[in-house]
Amino acid sequence: MRRHQSRIAFFLLLTPLVLWLGLLIIIPHIDMLLISLRERISFGVYEPSLTHYEKALTEPLYLRTFWRTAVMSVLATAITLLIAFPVAYYIAKMAKGRLQQVLFMLCLIPFYVSELVRTFGWMILLRETGLVSNLLQWVGLADRPVELLYTDATMMVGLVYTSMLFMVVPLVTTLESLDDSVIEAGYDLGGSGLSVLREIIIPHAMPGIVSGCIVVFMLSLGNYLTPTMLGGKDSLWFTEMIYNQFIVRSNWELGAAFGFMLLILSSVIVWGVLRLTGRTLKETMG
Amino acid sequence: MTPDLECLDLVKRFGDTTAVDNVSFSVPPGSFFSILGPSGCGKTTIMRMIAGFLDPTSGDIRIKGGSVLDTPPNKRPVNMVFQHLALFPMMTIAENIGYGLRRRGMAKGEIGRKVDEALDRIGLPGIGGRKVDELSGGQKQRVAIARCMVLEPDVLLLDEPLGALDLKLREHMKVELKALQAAFDTTFVYITHDQSEALVMSDQIAVMNAGRFEQVGTGQDLYYRPDTPFVAGFIGESNRWKGRIERAEGDTVQLRTDTGLAMRATGATLSEGDMAEIFVRPESIRLADHAEALSSFDNRLKGTVTSLLFNGAASRVLVRDDAGETLEVNLPQSGEFASLKRGDTVHIGWGAGQATCFGAA
Ligand SMILES: Nc1ncnc2c1ncn2[C@@H]1O[C@H](COP(=O)(O)OP(=O)(O)O)[C@@H](O)[C@H]1O
Ligand SMILES: [Mg+2]
Repeated sequence: MRRHQSRIAFFLLLTPLVLWLGLLIIIPHIDMLLISLRERISFGVYEPSLTHYEKALTEPLYLRTFWRTAVMSVLATAITLLIAFPVAYYIAKMAKGRLQQVLFMLCLIPFYVSELVRTFGWMILLRETGLVSNLLQWVGLADRPVELLYTDATMMVGLVYTSMLFMVVPLVTTLESLDDSVIEAGYDLGGSGLSVLREIIIPHAMPGIVSGCIVVFMLSLGNYLTPTMLGGKDSLWFTEMIYNQFIVRSNWELGAAFGFMLLILSSVIVWGVLRLTGRTLKETMG
Repeated sequence: MTPDLECLDLVKRFGDTTAVDNVSFSVPPGSFFSILGPSGCGKTTIMRMIAGFLDPTSGDIRIKGGSVLDTPPNKRPVNMVFQHLALFPMMTIAENIGYGLRRRGMAKGEIGRKVDEALDRIGLPGIGGRKVDELSGGQKQRVAIARCMVLEPDVLLLDEPLGALDLKLREHMKVELKALQAAFDTTFVYITHDQSEALVMSDQIAVMNAGRFEQVGTGQDLYYRPDTPFVAGFIGESNRWKGRIERAEGDTVQLRTDTGLAMRATGATLSEGDMAEIFVRPESIRLADHAEALSSFDNRLKGTVTSLLFNGAASRVLVRDDAGETLEVNLPQSGEFASLKRGDTVHIGWGAGQATCFGAA
């Protein structure tokens, strides 16, 4: 009887998870896969075909956008890591008590407003008639309005800004678990700042670095708002192309094929990073 | 001979708390020096100043005669075994021990040889390839010491290194540490709050209280000839009284405790009318069936056994005298008191030399 009850409880608890995974992730993806693998012959008539993948892989614009998105996402991840590491180190190891909490909150505050509003914030600052442009003219560094929007650099700033928290949090968590005396022992036995960082702090923080990088990479790759609003005319992001195919062109088949390419790309890169750093997904996330 | 380590008028303040207050000591080469004191008295602070992680507010630290105040921690010829050992969990045992040598830029082959030699020295040959968490507490302990000793420091600092071990292992490691110190022939500065660790291992012990050194001396000095009431109370256990001196003849005094007990005791620089604190160790009180057996003692009492505290070799009896005062007395394990039980009448006595007294405010 008891066994029976505990089984019911187990299934009750399992149900939301199964529903969530099934309805929101697995079923749509299976459907997407099927859509991407068919060709529209005429109204309401479809045939299985690989033509959309062929198109995606041969058309220069599509391919270029695909690789650009991948490379820029990797770059955004690297920049985020470089900026977030010292910040996280300061929060975890140098700030004490209240200051630590305040700094942590400061990282969180930008997320109190929606991504859309945040991005508009950047636009207000950076447009031709914006604050920064006026400031530059007032100081005398520019003699006419400067347009700071719609460049790759601006887009990169936006991506890094959006991703910061997702890098800082895992880094702070792993760095906090490093005993101060282990760092001191590193110095005591003759290590310099650089060698302590390389041999002790970074190896210890590796799980945090890897999980932070994976999250930031996936967020950047799948970001839509920031590249669209801050990026330039020719800095098309792959998600924009997916959007265009689905919504503007109503070409669901090609859009679905793009979607699958993005999924495969992120899976391959995450797998590659895990292999490279010799970790399993379980170690990193667990 | 220049001392290996010398601290001169060392002071450390954190805000308005003075953690270390005017401490001076010197440690001769090859000796085992302990700093013994209750938790929070400033021991770790001294250690961290010697290692270079804290700057003293004032005073000087000299190693082999030269001041090291301007030397950063990674350049000081001292190494530290941390309270929780602080082995590098991301490295193997061999990498841990070789870390300092790698930092010095020693050739790979030579590092390997030195590491193997160190592992032999600590009695753990062949464990170089293991991970830190595959070792037992005692093994980690020895690896932490080897990691420092391969660098041949002038002074090795140890901050309560046995604190995390269980009792049995701690007893074993006490002997082992002393043997390792002899084997490496290096100056050890050892801090602990455990008096038996300090007494067993040290050549010299400094007893520390609230940032100051109360007394520096050998274990025997501290035990038999404490300089201050704090040392008398901290080392070993004591029956304590407060009282007034009634007569003083040289070092021997006649006094009466607040509870009305008359006693002869030893205490320099005390004169008639002074208030004093008196300490008598349970192990210096003799227990007897008849008053005659105690005729050689200056202080004698008759009392009733109120309780027997069995603790193997350290068993005690609590004896209440006629004035209603309870004394702790060691119970000899030679068999004559095997049948002692609650309510029995016993006689106790102790010599004036075993009752130490200090002037009190
Ligand atoms: N970094 C610090 N800031 C402020 N006070 C400290 C600091 N380190 C130690 N103290 C204080 O100094 C005193 C001595 O501490 P410590 O040397 O760690 O004692 P012990 O090692 O003898 O237990 C304590 O009262 C402690 O609160
Ligand atoms: Mg301490």
